[in-house]
Amino acid sequence: MPESPDYEPVIGLEIHIQLQTETKMFCGCKLEFGAEPNTHTCPVCLGHPGALPMTNEQAVEYAIRVGLALGCEIAPRSIFHRKNYFYPDNPKAYQISQYDIPICSGGRLGDVRIHRAHLEEDAAKLTHVGESGRIHGSDASLVDFNRGGTPLIEIVTEPDIHDPAEAREWLTLLRETIRQLGVSDVNMEEGSLRADGNVSIRPVGSKELGVKTELKNMNSFRFLERGIAAEIERQKAIVASGGRVEQETLHFDPASGSLTSLRSKEEAHDYRYFPEPDLLPLAPSPEHVEEVRASLPELPAERRVRYESELGLSPDAAKLLAYDAALASFYEEAVAAEPDVDPIVVANWVTGELVAASREAGFEHPAETKADAAGVGAVARMVDGKEISRGSGRELLAELVANGGDPAEVSERLGLTSDDGDDLAAIVAAAIEAQPDAAAKVKAGEGKAIGAIIGVVMRETKGRADGGEATRLIREQLGL
Amino acid sequence: MIDRKQVLHVARLARLRLDDEEVERMSAELSSILDHVETMAELDIEGVEPTSRVVDAENVMRADDVAASLPRDAALANAPDPASGSFRVPSPQA
Amino acid sequence: MSDVRDLSVAAGLAAIEARDLAAAEWADAYAGLPDELGAYLWRPDEPIGGEEGPLGGVPVAVKDIFCIEDVPTTAGSRILENYLPPYTATAVERLLGAGASVLGKTNMDEFAMGSSNENSAYGDVRNPWDTDRVPGGSSGGSAAAVAGGLAPCALGTDTGGSIRQPAAFCGVVGLKPTYGSISRSGMIAFASSLDQCGPFTRTVADAALLLRVMQGADPRDTTSTGIAAGVEMPSREDLSGVRVGVPRELASEAEGMEDGVREVMERTIALCESLGATVAETSLPNARYGISAYYVIAPAEASANLARYDGVRFGERVAAEGLDDMYELTRAAGFGPEVKRRIMLGTYALSSGYYDAYYGRAQRVRTLIARDFENAFADHDVLLTPTSPTVAFPLGSRTDDPLAMYMADYCTVPMSLAGVPAISIPGGLAAAPDGGPELPVGVQLVGPAFGETALLDAAHALESAIGFDTNAAWRGGADA
Ligand SMILES: [Mg+2]
Ligand SMILES: [Zn+2]
Repeated sequence: MPESPDYEPVIGLEIHIQLQTETKMFCGCKLEFGAEPNTHTCPVCLGHPGALPMTNEQAVEYAIRVGLALGCEIAPRSIFHRKNYFYPDNPKAYQISQYDIPICSGGRLGDVRIHRAHLEEDAAKLTHVGESGRIHGSDASLVDFNRGGTPLIEIVTEPDIHDPAEAREWLTLLRETIRQLGVSDVNMEEGSLRADGNVSIRPVGSKELGVKTELKNMNSFRFLERGIAAEIERQKAIVASGGRVEQETLHFDPASGSLTSLRSKEEAHDYRYFPEPDLLPLAPSPEHVEEVRASLPELPAERRVRYESELGLSPDAAKLLAYDAALASFYEEAVAAEPDVDPIVVANWVTGELVAASREAGFEHPAETKADAAGVGAVARMVDGKEISRGSGRELLAELVANGGDPAEVSERLGLTSDDGDDLAAIVAAAIEAQPDAAAKVKAGEGKAIGAIIGVVMRETKGRADGGEATRLIREQLGL
Repeated sequence: MIDRKQVLHVARLARLRLDDEEVERMSAELSSILDHVETMAELDIEGVEPTSRVVDAENVMRADDVAASLPRDAALANAPDPASGSFRVPSPQA
Repeated sequence: MSDVRDLSVAAGLAAIEARDLAAAEWADAYAGLPDELGAYLWRPDEPIGGEEGPLGGVPVAVKDIFCIEDVPTTAGSRILENYLPPYTATAVERLLGAGASVLGKTNMDEFAMGSSNENSAYGDVRNPWDTDRVPGGSSGGSAAAVAGGLAPCALGTDTGGSIRQPAAFCGVVGLKPTYGSISRSGMIAFASSLDQCGPFTRTVADAALLLRVMQGADPRDTTSTGIAAGVEMPSREDLSGVRVGVPRELASEAEGMEDGVREVMERTIALCESLGATVAETSLPNARYGISAYYVIAPAEASANLARYDGVRFGERVAAEGLDDMYELTRAAGFGPEVKRRIMLGTYALSSGYYDAYYGRAQRVRTLIARDFENAFADHDVLLTPTSPTVAFPLGSRTDDPLAMYMADYCTVPMSLAGVPAISIPGGLAAAPDGGPELPVGVQLVGPAFGETALLDAAHALESAIGFDTNAAWRGGADA
């Protein structure tokens, strides 16, 4: 049997993000998640005869923010188009969107290039309700137009992703970036961030793109990863059995792990895009764009670079901190409180011990525990300066996480400071004296014998001594 | 010339149910109108920008201020099939 | 004063000012008059509005394309048979705010698609000069109401000639202002980039009175820019120093121009000269492609604008088990043949593979036509053409030939494509080629964008010199 070639997945993402404006994209109706159905509608967002759209300037501003954060070019003049299709959640039977001249184009976030980002309006909410009253025995749906007309930014990536975990990780970066811009709450459960995946495979080494399928609305990061993985497997299986992948839209069912084809009976789409005559072009001035650029906060991707290059953090630690705004600011506060402690040491405490301790204590997020940043910085300093052992440091941190307090006082109260550097040296000296045989064996190169001496140290310190430090002191005092 | 098949395709895009006689008539009428329309092809439009609107303005927008919505009864007053405070439609999944 | 119904808007306001007329009496003189022309679709028991203000007491008939809150509004279509809008059009709101009172809603071609008013779902309108003839369209009801003594003034809409052509056929004044002068909010859309609201009146001064109240930017329509300088009341007595251009493509070379129309044009040119104008032939070389461009652009926009009539949120629905059946049956039953024809034409022109050949090309032809006007206005202050190549034709005479019907807009469509203002005033009477009584011929004056003040001034001077009796039809031609 000839060996089948290896296939490489090629993944692009299309992300719709609801912008957190007060009002809808083209009318003054208030945006409110979870309101009673159809209580936030007007002639414009119900598509009544004669009603005309009016662009929300805040939404445009947010789109520019997003575009700049993604390194996009902001079009000096962009226009809206009508995208025509019939569906009950689309009240005008056309969606006002952008087509050949989007407001943002080109760009990059992390390792993934951005193709474009454009403004459009969201569809209404459609709920399947089973049997309808009027026509007995047939299925019906209910339309709630509250959500209809919410401003959306649609971000389209280049097909630069090559594995499902990478897709998930990149989407996390995007979400953090958008969250930190303050333009959306990017909540997948409430639908304010929705991701579709375009998936194809090609023989490794090939530059051509295979036929892609579209995975719709995967509503969590986990499902996104699993859905894409399942689709890659499906495509590989098709190709392995000599078949051809067909272009279609698929829905991933996380419960069964299966993929089902949507719109199979529908004929090919023909959206008949044309320029929206009811709206005028968007033409932000270069000065305005620069003003917006100047107002952007430091974003995760830049912060990660800074952590690596300026603070010397490892790529993993840098990413862990930078992609989590709350953790990053907690970390930076801790570093600022302890200017004499190496930021790498502080990073290890924050990303390691603090994350573990807060999980242990049942907190949602490490920055939400009772421990403040200065306290965690102090723990790092105390351990680093050998005021307390690593084990005592852990114990101190656990107490701060659970109940807070001043680290010096807490460690005093818990009796953690007794094993400071000098004391430990004295205890080690006494232990060597108490175990002369073991000391001799260690000197003679029998490393295992050190256990007996450490045992004494631990007994004396009630286990609080740092084992590594004790070992170092024993060897030092034995002249090794 | 727009043939029967094209008429049916376009009618489907436009969600218009046409009977056989309408399809025939539409095919003939659209063809003759388009024949006339195609006289435009005589014109040299090389390098001419399209005009999609004649208003010479940009950036006409509104502030993000909340305006009153319709009371729900008014929103639903014209609905052919209101139910549960919503607009009921035959299911698209059916 | 022999009859209140003789009064122009200006004369009525003067009579109220002089206390010769009580404001309420004016509307009462029209309320309950028999409507043998089929001009109205709906009349209230009591006129709506009629408060104090610059138009205090002025009765106005409103084309049924304007939404008025809780007043039946059909746009001449079966699909809106029982529709009660939840809001009022800006143009109507401004008239009501100025003290005008609404006499009723006037008949029209369905969704303003037509040139004869034979496309109304609610019956034909008859021309008051000869009830076997059409009043023109699509604002046929408004034109017939003013000419037929059923209203002193009326609102219409003009997309390709729908005010000017019926004004010409009925022997009244019809003004299409510059695109964007009057808000389109609440005016049911036919072709958004062309639709423009305007008045039907018995005098040019009356047109100015209504325009002044209605025009101006509206936050509900971002394409309504208003006229910076405002519109002055016309006062010119002669045309000395006015450079009048007669574009040959729309005059001497116009296809299908009747002899009677040609004679009225010649008389009008001579009158202009006797009033001190310099008259010269000019050219709009691309104007003869107007109909072609128009019958792509207008149906294309209409195909999207009319997609919202889907039986979901308002309007008539044909019940069906499946969603697509509901859509297709609802729209098949709700729209008349001309509307279906244009939806089909527009959908086809925008559909995949045809956009460039039709819509894209038509938009470029539109640019050429707009440039023609700019060039002409470099050498001329106003352009003069016949409004229509023919006088009113017999009912039913063109209904089987859509293309022949479309040619009725030959002289009016180019101005719509260019967005420039144009006014039709009665130029005199002429015999119809098929016999019968003499019928009105309209002459059209055209100005540059936002040049309403000079345009109305010229039309006013010419109107006085022509001396046409716009009350002749309903008074039985006594003074004609
Ligand atoms: Mg989209
Ligand atoms: Zn709204």
